[in-house]
Amino acid sequence: MQPIVRMEGITKIFPGVKANDCIDLTVYPGEIHALLGENGAGKSTLMNILYGLYKPDNGRIFVKGQEVEINDPNIAISLGIGMVHQHFMLIPPFTVAENILLGVEPKKRIFLDMKEGIRQVQLISERYGLQVDPLAKVEDISVGMQQRVEILKALFRGADILIFDEPTAVLIPQEVEELHKTMQSLVAEGKSIILITHKLKEVISMSDTVTVIRRGKVVANFKTAETTEAELASTMVGRPVLLEVEKEPNAPGEAVLEVTNLHARDARDLPALKGINLQVHQGEILGVAGIDGNGQTELVEVLSGLRAATQGTVEVKGRDITTYSPRRKTLAGLGHIPEDRQKRGLVLEFSVAENLVLQSYFQPPFAKGIRLNSKEVRRNAQRLIGEYDIRTPDEGVPVKSLSGGNQQKVIVAREIDRNPDLLIAAQPTRGLDVGAIEFVHKRLIQERDAGKAVLLFSFELDEIMSLSDRIAVIFEGQIVDILDAADANEEKLGLLMSGGKVDKEVATEYA
Amino acid sequence: MLKSLAKLERLWIALAAVLLGMVVGIFFILIVGRNPILGYQALWQASFGSMRDFTELLIGTTPLIFTGLSIACAFRTGLFNIGAEGQFIVGQIATAWAGYFFTGLPTLIHVPLALCFGILAGALWGAIPGYLKAKAGAHEVINTIMMNYIALYFTHYLVNGPLKGHAFLPVTKEILDSAKLWRFMPPTRANAGIIIALLAALFVYWFLWKTTKGYELRAVGFNPLAAEYGGISVARSTVLSMMLAGGLAGLGGAVQVLGIQYKFYDVFAFTGYGFDGIAVALIGNNHPLGVVFSAFLFGFLGRGAMRMQSVASIPKEVISIVSASIIIFIAAEALVKRLVPRFTKKGGASSEYNRSV
Repeated sequence: MQPIVRMEGITKIFPGVKANDCIDLTVYPGEIHALLGENGAGKSTLMNILYGLYKPDNGRIFVKGQEVEINDPNIAISLGIGMVHQHFMLIPPFTVAENILLGVEPKKRIFLDMKEGIRQVQLISERYGLQVDPLAKVEDISVGMQQRVEILKALFRGADILIFDEPTAVLIPQEVEELHKTMQSLVAEGKSIILITHKLKEVISMSDTVTVIRRGKVVANFKTAETTEAELASTMVGRPVLLEVEKEPNAPGEAVLEVTNLHARDARDLPALKGINLQVHQGEILGVAGIDGNGQTELVEVLSGLRAATQGTVEVKGRDITTYSPRRKTLAGLGHIPEDRQKRGLVLEFSVAENLVLQSYFQPPFAKGIRLNSKEVRRNAQRLIGEYDIRTPDEGVPVKSLSGGNQQKVIVAREIDRNPDLLIAAQPTRGLDVGAIEFVHKRLIQERDAGKAVLLFSFELDEIMSLSDRIAVIFEGQIVDILDAADANEEKLGLLMSGGKVDKEVATEYA
Repeated sequence: MLKSLAKLERLWIALAAVLLGMVVGIFFILIVGRNPILGYQALWQASFGSMRDFTELLIGTTPLIFTGLSIACAFRTGLFNIGAEGQFIVGQIATAWAGYFFTGLPTLIHVPLALCFGILAGALWGAIPGYLKAKAGAHEVINTIMMNYIALYFTHYLVNGPLKGHAFLPVTKEILDSAKLWRFMPPTRANAGIIIALLAALFVYWFLWKTTKGYELRAVGFNPLAAEYGGISVARSTVLSMMLAGGLAGLGGAVQVLGIQYKFYDVFAFTGYGFDGIAVALIGNNHPLGVVFSAFLFGFLGRGAMRMQSVASIPKEVISIVSASIIIFIAAEALVKRLVPRFTKKGGASSEYNRSV
């Protein structure tokens, strides 16, 4: 069979990095071809080349047997290549139909023929079984629905090769299931799909073939049916990877964090926390499970001093720190890995070294009087880069030039190295690849074993269950239950997370 | 390595933008029916034709360095200081007053004292909108503009009222000799002001990149949320940054009085230094070194405009077009990269060159 896309010897060099090093990729019609690799391995670069956003320094591209030169996305589109971006390229205040038609609107003389446009949108959405409301505004529909619009946009332009860039990163589990079905039906219609991902589960469940990229090079090709998650993981990372977290039973000590009847309001001034009570002990990881938007963000912000509590107390080691500023909380022994690393956790334009002293720059040895001791700042960075295996050319590059995983390592290194008594870790592995997740998990366990208290927030139930010693479930601003990790399972947590009650007796039966 | 490369690229872009701007200028000179060669000769001569011309270039550049630094400083904290103009004016009048009011002081004390009055007046003028922003969230652009008008009319009142130092002209008394800046090349007006300006640029660099306060200001400028998370007070940094910006512009006014004017003249209309400073800071990439370079460029173009008019009869508006095009070319970095083939190969390199640690 003739491949629909063949890329040969693609090389792309950015200043200082060989993003793609002589990559070959062959995609056959009607298959879902996964492109697997860690963050920064060069998957997106390769696809951006195929989509005409980057020009390769070397190599040839064949589409449907013809050698082509793709200098911009318009050429890619005319060749039938469509891209579903990770960050949607949609205009929020426009309707679904307007977004799909953007740039290819049907016209009546010089006037826009919206009626005809809507008809065409309905036609294509029926043809592929992708239900959308053409008149709904994009800003009003769910993320999963927005993605559907993005897919329709590509299909409307006649795409028969669809590139999905990390499509599940923004979706909730049910939407992932939907997307999976959509992809199957597209393939059934004769489309070909290239799926960029770093999630092993997705590769196994969704793809037919898989190409693994590591540091800009193709390291393996598999038929998905003939491989396993473990094999893919070690191929991708380049060494055996533990997919399961290894940990000893814990030995909890006295309470480090004690939260009593905590209330707070959210950004829209609505009650977000309605009487939170919890304790975290030395040598314990307390996981907080919950669906996004049930008060986790506000709880983390109140604990770290970024949001005021309206009622209740927060005590660390017996000291009431409820009204402390972030600086004083830091000094009182609190470490915080924020949920949004780029928005809160890092000054992206600052160097790695500067970011590593974000809470301690004013203290010796980093400060000498009013002077910043650059030498110490640099030395500190060099040490942490080594200890935490932060992949960066040197400590002086802006942290924004690092991959997401390495940015997270900068934060983890900074927070753990300050040796806090209580570490709040909010979504610490979001968007990270397998290798980096393993690293962060190990570090959190190490902190626990060193007798620290760790408060873990995560939307990934797997993560909560594998790391936590006890699991608190948050629902509508309250802790509805706290379970021993040993007693917890997905069903029970799922029920609690959606506001249901677990009958204690039933709970013991389950256990 | 990467760092110096990026720096070099910036410089090339600036130079290319200047050249492109001048090419645009040729077109307009031809439209008005004049000789571009003659015109650009005059442009050059105006600053480098003689020693006197060169010293006048220094004099014209000095206030632009101060206002440019002022705007750059605020910008590094994420604030737009449109108020350098007013800060400059209040700096002038405070310094003029201190220059004649304190008598019997040696120069070594009188000059710094008078400069301090300028700095403090400017800092106060900057601190007010800074405080309003920090406390009430009032936008600094609006308030600094308003403060400009207050400065204009307040000094207008002072110099026509309590500080009037002349029988019928709206000027203050002349400052005492002990308050005058050293003129190192008499009979030209070249004075120690340019040295103070360069020292101020060094100070700003040192402060922003080598002190903990500077670290705070830059952190707030880049990402206030992360700064807050790191325990930095965004409100305090806002006030400090505006004070610093105001102090720099005020110092510019002070130097202008002690070095050139020797008295405060009613300004009637804005001097323009504060507004030109915005462009100076922009072209200088809000970096002290860049500000010094771009202030010289503006000083050069400003003097050239007058000379082109007098010698080559080219309307000075043409040179305004040239400077405007230069600004556009620098702002449209990508366009310059495309027009100048040198850059097309490299692409993608970071243009950020202000890394200290």
